[in-house]
Amino acid sequence: MTTATLSPTMPSKAALFEAQAVKAGARRNRLLSLPALLIIGIFGVLPLLIICVYSFLAAAPYGGVQWRFSTDAYLNFLFQRDIFDDTLQFTPDFLIIYLRSFLFAVVTTIICLLLGFPTAYFMATRPPAQRNWWVLLITIPFWSNLLVRTLAIMFIIRDEGLINNALLGLGVIDKPITMLYTNFAIQLGLLYAFLPFMVLPLYSSLEKLDFRLIEAAYDLYATRRQVLWRVIIPLSKPGIIAGCLLVFIPALGAYVTPLILGGGVHLMIGDLIAQQFGSGRNWPLGCAQALILMAAVLVALFFYVRNTSGKVQHG
Amino acid sequence: MGIALKKRVAAPQLPSRPAYGDNQTGTHLPPRAGSLNGVIVPEQPGKNAIEVRGVRKVFGTGENQVAALDTVSVSIRENEFFTLLGPSGCGKTTLLRLIAGFDFPSAGEIMLHGQDIAPLPPFKRPVNTVFQSYALFPHMTVAQNIGFGLEMLGKPKGEIEARVAQMLKLVKMEALKARRTSQISGGQQQRVALARALAPQPKVLLLDEPLSALDYKLRKEMQIELKRLQHETGITFIFVTHDQEEALTMSDRIAVMSAGKILQVGTPRDIYDRPAERFVADFIGETNFLAGTVVSKKPGVATVKFDSNATVAAGYPEGFDPTGEVTLVVRPEHADLVPDPAKGTIAGTLSNIVYFGTDTHYHVRLDGGENFIVRHQNSRSSPVTYETGAEVGIQFEEGAARVLKD
Repeated sequence: MTTATLSPTMPSKAALFEAQAVKAGARRNRLLSLPALLIIGIFGVLPLLIICVYSFLAAAPYGGVQWRFSTDAYLNFLFQRDIFDDTLQFTPDFLIIYLRSFLFAVVTTIICLLLGFPTAYFMATRPPAQRNWWVLLITIPFWSNLLVRTLAIMFIIRDEGLINNALLGLGVIDKPITMLYTNFAIQLGLLYAFLPFMVLPLYSSLEKLDFRLIEAAYDLYATRRQVLWRVIIPLSKPGIIAGCLLVFIPALGAYVTPLILGGGVHLMIGDLIAQQFGSGRNWPLGCAQALILMAAVLVALFFYVRNTSGKVQHG
Repeated sequence: MGIALKKRVAAPQLPSRPAYGDNQTGTHLPPRAGSLNGVIVPEQPGKNAIEVRGVRKVFGTGENQVAALDTVSVSIRENEFFTLLGPSGCGKTTLLRLIAGFDFPSAGEIMLHGQDIAPLPPFKRPVNTVFQSYALFPHMTVAQNIGFGLEMLGKPKGEIEARVAQMLKLVKMEALKARRTSQISGGQQQRVALARALAPQPKVLLLDEPLSALDYKLRKEMQIELKRLQHETGITFIFVTHDQEEALTMSDRIAVMSAGKILQVGTPRDIYDRPAERFVADFIGETNFLAGTVVSKKPGVATVKFDSNATVAAGYPEGFDPTGEVTLVVRPEHADLVPDPAKGTIAGTLSNIVYFGTDTHYHVRLDGGENFIVRHQNSRSSPVTYETGAEVGIQFEEGAARVLKD
């Protein structure tokens, strides 16, 4: 490019060629990123746009949409239109399901963290040769479908299931404890489904932990509890953040588990949204509900990341 | 929480044992003798700070058992710069870790000012460590790292701040106190590690090859710095190294270790001039070994005859009775060449001359076939020049030859 500045009126051939080469390089780079952009566009942005558009349309009587602008879907989220006088009445039904789902997701995340941390620590402190075997054990459940595993839980906790039969047989109880189709069943199913998603990022974080730092902390009069809170947990924060996100977000939108273990009685957001596209025949409402969930997650994420990052600089 | 911390970190297994001293809460240091301007005054100089009594450490079980320490006993005096010197795998770091509390001895006692600390977990010992890798906390600033020990001891905030400021000044790191430990150089990390270990005013400071990661120039600087710190704080330093030069220049006393045993303890001069065993003589400095036969002996001095029938008076280690065939050691600089072979204690042919600037090494092939190196310090008025192939005599300085135990 320097040759070009020497004769500004008539750029030399070399400079011209160089400029062309730079342009061609940029074009090639854009071309190379095209597949990724296409995938994101077709499978990410486009569906989201469709959902967004649909949420502002009116529902057709037998599913689908009518091409007419309407904010009914969003109004329906919080209000119910009276059949006779068309007035809006506040109905917190959907809101309650959302709050319930948040509660489920939060409890799942907390319990997964409490169970997952010692598990991951145990794995990370095994001899290196053993560790991969432990990781393998953690990933084994992924080899079979979640639906199958959820059904298996159903057979374990139902009234004539493994647990109740065993307790009855031992004479601990007289009549079966109802566990299936309860909040407990949903919570159990969620915990079971998402625990590995907590353990694996925690493990990868703890595995990189320099255990000499723990010795140093002991040496500097830290008790075991202090070592845990002042050294191990701060240093494994990236893993804790990743694990919590990986559990919380999918748990919030869980569909199969609450559907099967909750028996359709105890709804979660995922089931609610699915209902609008099925028996509810209100596509715009389903779209609106999906978008509201997304917005809520984004807001929660924003605060979570802002409160947890920046405090730890992993060096 | 207990399950989260197991095995890997020599977890303290005996939390119910009484803590060091008479404290009830467990983590407090015993009362110190006193502090003058931050300089700690040892209670009774000349007493032993650490006494290691018959300590064994065995790793592994059954047939894979390895004795990392084989019944070691040593006393380390108060206010002393004591060095554990030996090649890697000799057990010096194991001994240090036993004193720090990261491992527990298989047998024996470790006394700190007369109290057995061997069963105490590390956080109940008034002993701090400077780690080879520094092990600074990456999620804390320089100042937070230095204050960590005091914080864990539950000191009031004001006291911690004052002490941290004092330590920062001591290691000349005031300007970088707010930095993360990943944002400072290796030499600076070294200083922070030192300050962090010194801040709680330990009775004994353990240093595990702390200078090995530094480049040559920085290492020399830190050697002087360490000596200064030890002098200023008056704390007993136990320093582990495999670098004999480092050990000789810095230590008050050195323990030379090999294969899990302490071979010799003494001042640098003792160790260098009067090595007791072949390993010690060989490990520290350059050495000539000569074979001879004891012909007569007086207390402390034996007369040894070489194959060439020449005899030499040689000292021998205390408590050792030299008889028959023995090995003599002569340091290269404790001998000199003489042009006339007949005038030397022993004689040979000059096979090589290596010039080092400050001195010259003469390699002599003795008449018996062994090699002997003579180091001659160069001066402007070197009267004689030698040439390779010349027949020369080698004269020993008074007391240069020593009989070795093995």
